[in-house]
Amino acid sequence: MCGIAGLFNLDGVAVAPESLRGMIRMLSHRGPDDTGFHAENGVGLAHARLSIIDLAGGHQPMSNEDGSLWITFNGEIFNYLELREELLGRGHKFLTRSDTEVILHLYEEKGEDCVQDLNGQWAFAIWDNQRRRLFLSRDRLGIRPLFYTQANKTFIFGSEIKAIFANPGVPRELDVNALDEVFTYWCTIPPRTLFRNIHELPPGHSMTVHADGLVVRPYWHHQFEKPSGFVDSNQEQAYADQLLDLLVDATQIRLRSDVPLGAYLSGGLDSTVTTALVKKFSNAKLRTFSISFDEAEFDESAFQKEAVRFLDTEHQDIRCTKNQIAEVFPNVIWHTEKPVLRTAPAPLYLLARLVRKSGYKVVVTGEGADEMLGGYDIFKETKIRRFWESQPDSKMRPLLLRRLYPYLQNIQNQPDAYRKAFFHIHVDRDLEPFFSHIPRWQLTANLKTLFSDSVRREIDGDTGHTKIRSRLPKSYASWDSFRQAQYLETQYLLPGYILSSQGDRMAMAHSVEGRFPFLDHRVVEFASTLPVSLKMKVLNEKYLLKRCAAGLIPPSIAKRHKQPYRAPEACSFLQPAAREYLEALLSPEQIRRDGIFDAPAVAMLQAKFRKGAAIGIKDNMGLVGVVSTQLLVHQFINHFEGRMTSHGS
Amino acid sequence: MALKDELRQFVTDNFMYGKPYEGFADDDSFIERGIMDSTAVMELVAYLEKRYRIAFDDKDLSPDNLDSVNRLVRFVKSRVQPDFTGACDAGRIALRT
Repeated sequence: MCGIAGLFNLDGVAVAPESLRGMIRMLSHRGPDDTGFHAENGVGLAHARLSIIDLAGGHQPMSNEDGSLWITFNGEIFNYLELREELLGRGHKFLTRSDTEVILHLYEEKGEDCVQDLNGQWAFAIWDNQRRRLFLSRDRLGIRPLFYTQANKTFIFGSEIKAIFANPGVPRELDVNALDEVFTYWCTIPPRTLFRNIHELPPGHSMTVHADGLVVRPYWHHQFEKPSGFVDSNQEQAYADQLLDLLVDATQIRLRSDVPLGAYLSGGLDSTVTTALVKKFSNAKLRTFSISFDEAEFDESAFQKEAVRFLDTEHQDIRCTKNQIAEVFPNVIWHTEKPVLRTAPAPLYLLARLVRKSGYKVVVTGEGADEMLGGYDIFKETKIRRFWESQPDSKMRPLLLRRLYPYLQNIQNQPDAYRKAFFHIHVDRDLEPFFSHIPRWQLTANLKTLFSDSVRREIDGDTGHTKIRSRLPKSYASWDSFRQAQYLETQYLLPGYILSSQGDRMAMAHSVEGRFPFLDHRVVEFASTLPVSLKMKVLNEKYLLKRCAAGLIPPSIAKRHKQPYRAPEACSFLQPAAREYLEALLSPEQIRRDGIFDAPAVAMLQAKFRKGAAIGIKDNMGLVGVVSTQLLVHQFINHFEGRMTSHGS
Repeated sequence: MALKDELRQFVTDNFMYGKPYEGFADDDSFIERGIMDSTAVMELVAYLEKRYRIAFDDKDLSPDNLDSVNRLVRFVKSRVQPDFTGACDAGRIALRT
């Protein structure tokens, strides 16, 4: 896992080596083991390496035999051994054992279609000197990041935006419409990022850049099959066997590494399954890592211990406190490069630090199972709301609402009449395609009352969700609400928040690579063909996964209700570690100077927390959103030069 | 301060951070307009208990009583004790608005 960056002067002017050095310095956390540069014909590629495969021979940027192609690559191609064999059979000569070289030869063979053959997680750029074009690509689900911009006659790209900003000619301006998206969807909708004219290459897309311009196009689509009928127990078993076979292979190829691997073990179903599968193929005692909390409502250590005993792993745990969350939060935002509405990335930042300090560079984790196999509460909520909607006068159907969010005390304690009122949500006909997500999006969008008047005037206010609507696949309307919800989660929240703000960015802040068997594209494509009843049987989430994992994991973990990963929220900012930066960034004067939020509204929100009166989801998201946005502006716009100096040192 | 003004002020300050949503009217449903999230009802009840010394039964906890400024006014008026002066933690209120 690495950091990549590069420049392409479209007018052919030679790239200054110091520009490349300045960019890659900003990505040193992604690749502390080696750096490399290549410049020719107005193009410059840079690479910061985290050595995992072919430790001696994997230096980058790397060229093919005749030097006509050069690549800088971040990621892993897990099927590289099979691809290498095929390419050898076709007469290709390899100088290294790396997966990087496989991409080069595959590009020679298939051109830009080479990405179709890759199974992995990647962001790369290939300079094709003969055709004088730069080819960039990002993996199907957006596990690895890639950003770009064009400043004057120079195309600039990097694994993180901070590398692009290392070029003094690139303006650093907040895009308030991106802020509007975060305060609705929890993430930006690519290609938009938080910064004007800085674009994100969307997951499953490639792009070509040449002197006449650039072309971005998709190479993969996430599609669902039409709903299928009744599934008998034989078919059910066949599906379970197929899923297990795929997961075994997806895990096995993800163990290809020349350094030892560890695993995250949260105590939930998904990471226990992945750890069990890793364990199956590991000879040495497997190292596992987890987070625990003082607060019982977040803590899963009892289940973690049970999984550790059952799987016999060598386990390390980090006890995460509110003060630690407050302490690392500015660094967390330096790495997320976008505001967040939950503090949940912070404990993952601490966990990655523990992994790295323990001498590990690679961890296997359970990300993706909830999206693909039907684990999230939003799917359950959608199912109940639809069921109730079909007989709105039913007294019995709304009783199912009690089954929602069993881990949220505040929701559990509310009176039935209120529970009914909150979930009896009328969705306008026009917004019907977003039936599952309208409650979440509207709740979040209410936070925009915290924006300053000038920001509220400036934002487009896409209340019809036209940007998302315009990109829905043609067959979307034929899917049931459950699959539509899965699609929206996979398309937006997964890459835009889960895999970035909680995933790549937190792990790579400490040079740790995550690997995700559930996100093997074969697993994703198979899961998309499954009947909904196998994902959530009545209200039993991830039913098929539980069935196929029986025997591999402790029965108590297979049976437990899903508890989503959560952390102490905005109350963390009342801790001493946050005092100094909160006083500086949330003072009425600073809020007015930055102009994003309304100073009296922020003061009122803060006062509510100080009084201990803020208990709701909205207040918590509001304060985390304000603090993270202010930190973003402080670090990337107001004081980037200072942050750049400290980062590079 | 009139009761309605005081209740409206509380809802605005606590659930809209002092900035009323556009066109916020006294009959608007707090739930439908997204003014209150699913946990905010507890905050509202705690306030009403403390400020107006109202003892809540489970059956009182209903949107019929609590889901708009006008409903709150009606509910508080119907439940406040005759000897209540409004001096527990703020200035006097006028129950007749």
